[in-house]
Amino acid sequence: MFELIMNDILGTPAILIGLFALIGLLLQKKSATDTVSGTLKTTMGFLLLGVGAAVVSDSLGTFRSMFEAAFQIQGVVPNTDAMAAIAQENYGTETALIMIFGMVVNLLLARFTPFKYVFLTGHHTLYMAAMLAVVLVTGGMSGVPLVLIGSLILGAAMVIAPAVLQPFTRKITGNDDLALGHFGTFGYFTAGLVGKLVGNPEKSTETIQIPKSLGFLRDTSVAVSLTMALLFFAITPFAGIAVIEELSGGTNYAVFILIQAITFAAGVYIILAGVRMAIGEIVPAFKGIADKFVKGAKPALDAPTVFPFAPNAVIIGFLCSFAGGIASIFLLPLVGLTVIVPGLVPHFFCGATAGVYGNATGGLRGAVVGSFVNGILISFLPALLLPVLGSLGLESTTFGDTDFGIIGILLGYFIQLFS
Amino acid sequence: MKKVLVVCGNGLGSSFIVEMNVKKILAELGIDAEVNHTDLASSKSEQADLYIGAADIVEQLNDGTRNVVGLNNLLDNEAIKDVLRSNL
Repeated sequence: MFELIMNDILGTPAILIGLFALIGLLLQKKSATDTVSGTLKTTMGFLLLGVGAAVVSDSLGTFRSMFEAAFQIQGVVPNTDAMAAIAQENYGTETALIMIFGMVVNLLLARFTPFKYVFLTGHHTLYMAAMLAVVLVTGGMSGVPLVLIGSLILGAAMVIAPAVLQPFTRKITGNDDLALGHFGTFGYFTAGLVGKLVGNPEKSTETIQIPKSLGFLRDTSVAVSLTMALLFFAITPFAGIAVIEELSGGTNYAVFILIQAITFAAGVYIILAGVRMAIGEIVPAFKGIADKFVKGAKPALDAPTVFPFAPNAVIIGFLCSFAGGIASIFLLPLVGLTVIVPGLVPHFFCGATAGVYGNATGGLRGAVVGSFVNGILISFLPALLLPVLGSLGLESTTFGDTDFGIIGILLGYFIQLFS
Repeated sequence: MKKVLVVCGNGLGSSFIVEMNVKKILAELGIDAEVNHTDLASSKSEQADLYIGAADIVEQLNDGTRNVVGLNNLLDNEAIKDVLRSNL
């Protein structure tokens, strides 16, 4: 019986996270039907992560073979959603526990310290928990100390990230009621500082005319398909058609890589659907508890909530961040680091947000330079993070947003001092 | 039962927050409706009586067959209240 509980129930992350949802639903005194469907959906969501990860890994395998045949080095396309899902395969239980207890630590800190932030971007809570689980296990930790240290770091990050950005966030939104809760904060904070140095907030991006035609990239499925297709086709002449048709088992190379690219996007789509279901019950429960438990709680919300405040800065931020990513392709090998291939999605979401922050402190010039610097950061940090991810550092994708890099690198090297 | 769908680029963060706010507002207004959130790609194949989201995103949904309302500030609950009142 004890064996069953410890190994099979708590060792199956989907069941574990389903149990947490069940407890949350019971605490909220939801109806029986809501409780059953909520618990099932949460469990299914977590299982979908594994399904999506398998699809993504398959396509990445092709990408890796082609990239290595072309350049004799490893190339990595950061995609935080995909990487977190791949991490679930072996670190699911640790991830689930760090996520839930990290939320508890967030609530305690919000209650008893001046940092009244409640981090409501549930998918980032999950991804950061996954990253911490990987780094801590790689560093040789396990059991209670692992969960304890992981949740303390996660909970602290959940209040510190919104807190450091708040002076800038206030400038953007014009009030103090809400905060930004997103683990690309280091990049946004840097963009805000750079904006202060180089620009003038009076000369805002919003006074110029920009065509809105890049809006279709907000559609993640389209953006991911497009990125991967462009990447595959860009490598083709270097890898050689013979190599590709060997991988495809004789299928025409163009058809094969187009399907591989869209398969990657399909995997990401499954992962996003899974995450949506997995956090669908947990976030409202967390918010409900926070509303009761923390007086004057400020919700820390996902990055796109600041987009409507500066729509032009969003487009400029994406373009300049992407330019930083392209520049990094040439800079990374010079310092002996793995080549990080810029992905449209991290550059769109993080670059756009950096653009909004750069614009708030330094107008158009701040948005341009600030988001370019962000583009450099989300290329270099993922490259520096790879060594502390153990065997997962050999995947062809990794965590993209800045804070995963900053926290992972610091923690990874800190653990090495003691082991 | 009317259905409201909140849409954002990834269908993970900002639409989720707005969904929670919409549910709260509907409870205050005493309107009974089903509320969900999703990503842009999925929203095109999902039926709802009202689609809401950031103006630049939901514009792409507006093909004349759907009831789409774009918000300039996702967190302006007063504006959302007016939208819900006049559309449900």
